[in-house]
Amino acid sequence: MINVPSDKKWQGALYSLVLVILLWQALSWLLKLPIIPSPFAVIINIIYIFSAKMQIHLLYSLGRIMGGIALSILLGVPLGFLMGYFHKADKLLSPLIYFTYPVPKIALLPIIMLLFGLGEASKLIMIILIVIFQIIITSRDAVRGIPEEIFRSLRSLGASRVQIFREVIIPASMADVLTAARLALGTAVSILFFTETFGTQYGMGYFIMDAWMRVNYLDMYAGIVILSLMGFCLFTVIDVLERHISSWR
Amino acid sequence: MIEIKDLVVKYRRKNEETLVLDNININIGAGDIYTFIGPSGCGKSTLLHVLSGILKDYTGTVKMDGHVIDPKLQRIGLILQNYGLLPWKNVYQNALLGVKIKNDQQVLDDYGRYILQQMGIDSFLDRYPKELSGGQQQRVAIARAFILKPDLLLMDEPFSALDAISREELQDLFLRIWKDNNVTTAFVTHSVDEALYLGSKIVVFSSAPGRILQVVDNSCFRMDNLRFRDEYYEMCMNLRKLLDKDDQCAVR
Repeated sequence: MINVPSDKKWQGALYSLVLVILLWQALSWLLKLPIIPSPFAVIINIIYIFSAKMQIHLLYSLGRIMGGIALSILLGVPLGFLMGYFHKADKLLSPLIYFTYPVPKIALLPIIMLLFGLGEASKLIMIILIVIFQIIITSRDAVRGIPEEIFRSLRSLGASRVQIFREVIIPASMADVLTAARLALGTAVSILFFTETFGTQYGMGYFIMDAWMRVNYLDMYAGIVILSLMGFCLFTVIDVLERHISSWR
Repeated sequence: MIEIKDLVVKYRRKNEETLVLDNININIGAGDIYTFIGPSGCGKSTLLHVLSGILKDYTGTVKMDGHVIDPKLQRIGLILQNYGLLPWKNVYQNALLGVKIKNDQQVLDDYGRYILQQMGIDSFLDRYPKELSGGQQQRVAIARAFILKPDLLLMDEPFSALDAISREELQDLFLRIWKDNNVTTAFVTHSVDEALYLGSKIVVFSSAPGRILQVVDNSCFRMDNLRFRDEYYEMCMNLRKLLDKDDQCAVR
């Protein structure tokens, strides 16, 4: 991995932000349609409405995303570790995973809503159902990728299973788990948007769709920008964590 | 004291059975260092796996001080060719690992620090294995094994991945520390030179399936400036002849 100094990284983020704004502005000048307002009008709108109208929706969305990913990690990582370490568990569970992974979970949304109601539970379950597979498979493969010699030298020390998990399996696969979490994050945001268009009056998905229905394009774009910024911040947090945890690589 | 009696190891793969070690009988005296030499694939490493308690599928008896080998009860130091360090732990944490697992010790005591100093690795304790040369990594692995104060030290071609200069340097360093501690040691090598340099007795293996051809008393062991002596070259010649003869038998 090439280590870019952190101020250079911020410079990169700034340049890409400027580029997006320039392109957006150019498009809005060219088309002169109300459906593509100028980025500056949107930014000014965000300043006006953020604390009054958007904050609550952002908090709801953030809570669902973080809750969904946290629960997926809490359930998926131990399962993946067990499958990676014990061949029997893998033999039993892998076919089940491979069989259910390709099922289009979005199609299950009505059933989930019937079973778990229209509230928070069905939204969390939806995110978990889609994201957990990547996490299970990545953590299983991370454990499988640990060289045999490392286990051998620990067993010759008489290490117990708990010690092997603590000293080897968890530290060896942390970085891969974070990579899986990053992939999961992107997926989770897009599922979230979909689930928030049903059965709720809170969340960025609701806010954006509601603005669209009201033909309030400034609000709609404000919602999209805030949703992107939220994703950007979450990705950055994972990057920082990853750099800290996998400094040995 | 290690007693190995009628040890037979077979590998089962599908329906085939391969004999790896055939009827091994040998005792390693307490505080002695035995080197095991033989052609590759003769089962030397398999013997170490049995001694380290990793391989349990064998017939015969293998005992240490009258007890069956069990890494949970005995202290076994294992040093492998590719070092076996944990890449996510720095030098200090790697050196600590043995006593951490055995004694739940969280920091190195004076003896541990003394060994680190002896191995010349006390100046880069916070580096990770990928930032070290092969020789430095092996120093860490040796330090880890000695800090454990093992009842039995097992070494599986520990120096064969190193360049000639660091190899001889580490052989000397190892021998010096070993003489201070006198740990019972089984040392597997494929180098005649190394077997003679480090072993008080040299166990010569046949090609597969592994049998003990001969146990040679090393009269050169503990001599100073060994590599400059005639006796050393004479022993070298004898050992090579022994290995060569077996090789020809195997071809026929």
